[in-house]
Amino acid sequence: MMSNMIKKIGGGLALAMYSMLAQAEYALNFPKPESVIAGQIFDLHTITMWIIVGIAVVVFGAMFYTILMHRKSVGYKAANFHHSTMVEIIWTTIPIIILVAMAFPATKTVLAMKDGSNPDMTVKITGYQWKWEYDYQQDGVKFMSVLSTPRDQIENKAPKGVNYLLEVDNPMVVPVGKKVRILLTANDVIHAWWVPAFGVKQDAIPGFIRDSWFKADTVGIYRGQCAELCGKDHGFMPIVVEVKSQADYDTWIADQKAKTAATAQDAGKVYELAELKAMGEKVYAANCAGCHQAKGEGMAPVFPALDGSKIVNGPKPALFDIVMNGKAGTSMPAFSKQLSDTDIAAASTYVRNAWSNKTGDVTQSSDIKALRK
Amino acid sequence: MEAVHEHDHDHRPSGIMRWITTTNHKDIGTLYLCFSFLMFFFAGSLALGVRAELFQPGLQFMQPEFFNQLTTMHGLIMVFGAIMPAFVGFANWQVPLMIGAPDMALPRMNNWSFWLLPVAAILLVASFFMPGGAVSGGWTMYPPLYMQSGISGDMTILAVHILGISSIMGAINIIVTIMNMRAPGMTYMKMPLFVWTWFITAYLLVVAMPVLAGVVTMLLTDRHFDTNFFNAAGGGDPVMFQHLFWFFGHPEVYIMILPAFGIVSTIIPTFARKPLFGYSSMVYATASIAFLSFIVWAHHMYTVGMPTAAQLFFMYATMLIAVPTGVKIFNWLATMWQGSMTFETPMLFSIGFVALFTIGGFTGVVLAIVPVDIQLQDTYYVVAHFHYVLVSGSLFAIFAGAYYWLPKWTGHMYDETLGKWHFWLSVIGFNITFFPQHFLGLAGMPRRIPDYALQFAEFNMISSVGGFMFGITQLLFLYIVIKCVRGGKPAGNSPWEGADTLEWTVPSPAPYHTFATPPVVK
Repeated sequence: MMSNMIKKIGGGLALAMYSMLAQAEYALNFPKPESVIAGQIFDLHTITMWIIVGIAVVVFGAMFYTILMHRKSVGYKAANFHHSTMVEIIWTTIPIIILVAMAFPATKTVLAMKDGSNPDMTVKITGYQWKWEYDYQQDGVKFMSVLSTPRDQIENKAPKGVNYLLEVDNPMVVPVGKKVRILLTANDVIHAWWVPAFGVKQDAIPGFIRDSWFKADTVGIYRGQCAELCGKDHGFMPIVVEVKSQADYDTWIADQKAKTAATAQDAGKVYELAELKAMGEKVYAANCAGCHQAKGEGMAPVFPALDGSKIVNGPKPALFDIVMNGKAGTSMPAFSKQLSDTDIAAASTYVRNAWSNKTGDVTQSSDIKALRK
Repeated sequence: MEAVHEHDHDHRPSGIMRWITTTNHKDIGTLYLCFSFLMFFFAGSLALGVRAELFQPGLQFMQPEFFNQLTTMHGLIMVFGAIMPAFVGFANWQVPLMIGAPDMALPRMNNWSFWLLPVAAILLVASFFMPGGAVSGGWTMYPPLYMQSGISGDMTILAVHILGISSIMGAINIIVTIMNMRAPGMTYMKMPLFVWTWFITAYLLVVAMPVLAGVVTMLLTDRHFDTNFFNAAGGGDPVMFQHLFWFFGHPEVYIMILPAFGIVSTIIPTFARKPLFGYSSMVYATASIAFLSFIVWAHHMYTVGMPTAAQLFFMYATMLIAVPTGVKIFNWLATMWQGSMTFETPMLFSIGFVALFTIGGFTGVVLAIVPVDIQLQDTYYVVAHFHYVLVSGSLFAIFAGAYYWLPKWTGHMYDETLGKWHFWLSVIGFNITFFPQHFLGLAGMPRRIPDYALQFAEFNMISSVGGFMFGITQLLFLYIVIKCVRGGKPAGNSPWEGADTLEWTVPSPAPYHTFATPPVVK
């Protein structure tokens, strides 16, 4: 145990020294702004910092001077003044003037940020524990966006990639230079959608819809993270926005529409056990393994094991009820809102036939569809 | 010896019963201080767990849910178990001594307000051993996330209720004592500033704590009795919790800093050998801060999506707080100016307080500005900001006060050399820990995450090194205090050349009963 710990720390230190030399970043400021609002925020912060530096020079200068000069050890005799209304008025008034000067540009930016009128497009974003859903309602395109960093990197079993913890399977895609209005809500707890380069951070609140907007200046990939503590995997639900040219965006949205249509066609399809198991394994890895773990062993006592579980191996309706409707008072979500019939059927088939679970039966998407009525 | 005791009416049970049944303000003050010291080490070690995990990217020592328990309980216990009780301890010891009163006005209630604390502490600490562990939704207890806690969620609510009752009783006691028991001639505007700041703080407590009690009760009924105060599906609003919580939470920030202002305003004149500059403006500034603290709460929630008018109002009100706070800092500087300063440990911590609290005040102004705050909300910048005001603010003032009054409490001088070591190691460790966190926040690292992207690795490592340095340094403080209690150079009535408040007119250690006959203040 101890030697293991020492190895870990020693190895960590060595690695850290190396990384400090090789790729030390030491970013000292906001990331480069990529929207008008982010630019204004950047400037506001810069102005404020310079004002603060100015005040700091005066205050700390006076402090160091008095500490150096007015000390008993150099024989300085104490004066006896203790009051001056004039001085008090001066150092009340000057800060007020400085603050008013700071409030002006700040107010202008607040008003600009709040002006979400005339958007070019709207995307509804829903926060789930622990992923984001992007819904392009006008185009009928909707998908989940989940962390794609492999578990091995998080557990230090594999070297970490450049975009460690800031990469997802399906990024949000928007056209460059277009005003994108986002409608934010959440399914379970409060999340916050934040992309620093765009200067957008907005809480996603279950049961309410809040809006915000951004207009990306340049084509590129921008990364952010959930900013509101939302449970155990709060640190593992990044946001990736891919800004494409209008033409590329049009191609992308057409592809997405085609994919959606294809999935809809497959909806009623009947699969074999092996096919469903293979599909289910992927669904399980993306949606269930975070808590119930890759081998279904769970994490006692909060996240129950599925391997050998009575509910999983018992009659189907009890399992479906928990999967579809969640379990109150726990972080088990209602997957009926998140996953398609086929996905739920595949995942159910998988858990009933994976590890030591061997029910040998299959669940078809029609079984799940029937439950939605 | 016995005869002297008889003369002082110094009857008290011996052994443990002395402490359980005591109604003596000095005993109760000692109990508060010891309790908060213990909680400080407990909550501090939770923070070291956090810093250990954040030493490098990846998950090394713990799973995310345990990490979240550490951050949550570190916050809750530091606020309610360490900082607040420490200040109440100071109030118990010093308010009667400084106003020339024989004891607190309501001594039995005083006993009860202390003995509620260990009960709450046991609930909080025990919650770590419940199924699912301690609460992990942040010290702010936001629903709906809080609804996902297990039994520890209820234990924490109960603990907060008990702590609230204790605080309210403590506050009432302080108000009543100050109003009724001042020595003849001590008008309000002659009270030492420490007494003034606690007087105002006590009012903040009486107004703010019931709001917290109410809001956690609503949380409890949402959890168990099917109410829907904070559940949108039942017609409630999760954001309402945040409004109510921060209506308590922002005054709470000042509950933790106003007594610190008082301590520093007592110490700086002593070691500058010069009266406090602008006494009355200090009183008015404290009162203004207290008033403003009730109308700025939503600056903790700029990202929830408030109407424009609300964002602007809270921004202006928040910026306004910089004015009275600035007045205080300028007054402390003017007190030092042309003084004849010496730099014993209490003075060092007080100057450290003024300098570093000022930095916390600066970042406070940055965070007041809505658009900038929207970038920085829930990042490490905020973590750095509030540790600058709570650690180098409140905690440094507690250290300063402890060194300043230890001679009075124990009758011995503390070890000055070790005290200076404690100061310098603390200041350096503190800055190594928290200064880089400003940069982490600016670069975009969210708070409350157990693992982070690679661009944050360097500063996190530096911060963790500083954290351990700061944490381990506090064991030195423990050693200094124990050493001082057990012996040392006799302190005499007043070891400080420039001290002029009433506690320095009684012997050290202060006798069990003081000011049985009130002193006359000219």
